[in-house]
Amino acid sequence: MNFSVVTSQFASLVLQGVALGLIYSLIALGYTMVYGVLRLINFANSEVFMVGTFTVLFIQVTVLGHAVTREPMHGWPLILALALSLIAAMGVCALLAMLVEVVAYRRLRAKGANRLASLISAIGVSIFLSESWRIFTDSRPHAGPRLLEKWSFGEFHGANFRIDTMMAIFASLIIYMVLLRFVNGSRLGKAIRAVSMSEENSLLMGINLNRVVTLTFAIGGLTTGAAAFFYITIYENTVFNVGFNLGIAAFTAAILGGIGNLRGAFFGGLALGLTEQFASAIIGSQWKAVTVFIVLVFVLLIKPSGIFGEAVQQTRT
Amino acid sequence: MRLEIKDLSVHYGKIEAIKGISIVVNQGEIVTLIGANGAGKTTTLKTISGLRKVSRGAILFDGQDISKVPAYERVDLGISQAPEGRGIFPGMSVLENLEMGKFNRKDRRSEMKEDLNRVYDLFPRLKERSGQAGGTLSGGEQQMLAIGRALMARPKVLLLDEPSMGLAPMMIANIFQIITTINTELGTTILLVEQNAQQALQRAHRAYVLETGKIVKEAKASDLLNDPEVRAAYLGTGAGTGH
Ligand SMILES: Nc1ncnc2c1ncn2[C@@H]1O[C@H](COP(=O)(O)OP(=O)(O)O)[C@@H](O)[C@H]1O
Ligand SMILES: [Mg+2]
Repeated sequence: MNFSVVTSQFASLVLQGVALGLIYSLIALGYTMVYGVLRLINFANSEVFMVGTFTVLFIQVTVLGHAVTREPMHGWPLILALALSLIAAMGVCALLAMLVEVVAYRRLRAKGANRLASLISAIGVSIFLSESWRIFTDSRPHAGPRLLEKWSFGEFHGANFRIDTMMAIFASLIIYMVLLRFVNGSRLGKAIRAVSMSEENSLLMGINLNRVVTLTFAIGGLTTGAAAFFYITIYENTVFNVGFNLGIAAFTAAILGGIGNLRGAFFGGLALGLTEQFASAIIGSQWKAVTVFIVLVFVLLIKPSGIFGEAVQQTRT
Repeated sequence: MRLEIKDLSVHYGKIEAIKGISIVVNQGEIVTLIGANGAGKTTTLKTISGLRKVSRGAILFDGQDISKVPAYERVDLGISQAPEGRGIFPGMSVLENLEMGKFNRKDRRSEMKEDLNRVYDLFPRLKERSGQAGGTLSGGEQQMLAIGRALMARPKVLLLDEPSMGLAPMMIANIFQIITTINTELGTTILLVEQNAQQALQRAHRAYVLETGKIVKEAKASDLLNDPEVRAAYLGTGAGTGH
């Protein structure tokens, strides 16, 4: 145990925690959007994230031909390379999420199968994706080029405001606010809210349920894809099972904030990112993953509905 | 408009909840379907709206069999429902709830204004509360909202599932009065499901009595009001013990 780091590195831990937390939030939004509409934990979301990280590398290394060892880029070529990999990751993740829904859940839903069947199907898809990626990639971690030079805006009490960190933080905030506006203000967003309140009553309004479900998976894919991009710009490598830890953490974040609730996913992610940073500084970074599980167990024991959640039991009816 | 249900059966798993019923609703009518709890009234309305699968028989709407048409397209055909328990969206404002009533609008603005005004004329209370969350309304107001929302789609036939359920006597009278107004002033055809048989039979032109999934009587509503069996079973004023 080392409590002195809390004071000596406070600002730095907060900054790192917020950046990591917002990446969790973006993935958590993927879980929470789907849960809100279908009352289903889409376990495959973590593998959607994994595929997103590989998409970023594919664009940067294979399509744009940047060697892992290349020097950082500048100006328009840099912005173009980053924008292209971000858009590709979001697009591929959205498509993959929609595909997963059609392949793994739609028929079960049409048949009125119980939720447990969908849950098993979700886990199946998740294992299928990560294991096929293990084969494609020979279980090897893949590194990406450092396109973005990691210069710093400056330091504040030991916190290093590096450009990749700041980019992840600001972009996540923007994505979150756009999503909130969309869900609360747009016509399709209202359809999503209506379906999450009641499927049958939404049908009575003339809402095409399957379309709303597809849209929801697509949105979840978009935010998860964005998370994958920021993850790669900060950590610069990935592996076939990267989705496992990140997925569990994001899922915990969603539960922590109250699953099915956008605000919950956002603040749950932040809270978890901060907890993880502080815990690993105090007890040691090997305990990082353990902290996540401890938080998960405690939330489930003490307040299963999460911080902002409607009671989970209530939303299930 | 003519809605004709022909020899309709509906199953929940292996259990046959609706056992070959036939109902006709003609243009301009109020037709009521009365019956005890569990008789299958809600199942019938849900099936007309497409929320339950037809296992045998047909639902003819203007002569076309719509039993395979997806639920969300039936609203556009002209079938709207105010479901049992009202089914309003609690987290949405009254106005948002009303807007949802016809989700698929082609001409959004002008048409919507017109529809809104029509509903607000009918239910001034809803206009006063347009910004308030649906979930905070009283039971009667929620029922008004459910009916108003269904009217937003300018339905050719309006399905009402126990609109009087759980309301105070004053409000019940109010709701039944509005049902007549909708029928006479807007010319909307109505299929009304009720356990409050007395009121329903007074308002309706024709009536069907449903018992455990079967139609056991069909007559002019005024005739059923004087039918000894119906009085005994549903109006609580006959010689029998009732249900
Ligand atoms: N979702 C359901 N699953 C299984 N049985 C149902 C379901 N809904 C209704 N039932 C059964 O179907 C019958 C008719 O129910 P319902 O249509 O709700 O009757 P009513 O509206 O006349 O009270 C009842 O026996 C009821 O138990
Ligand atoms: Mg009923």
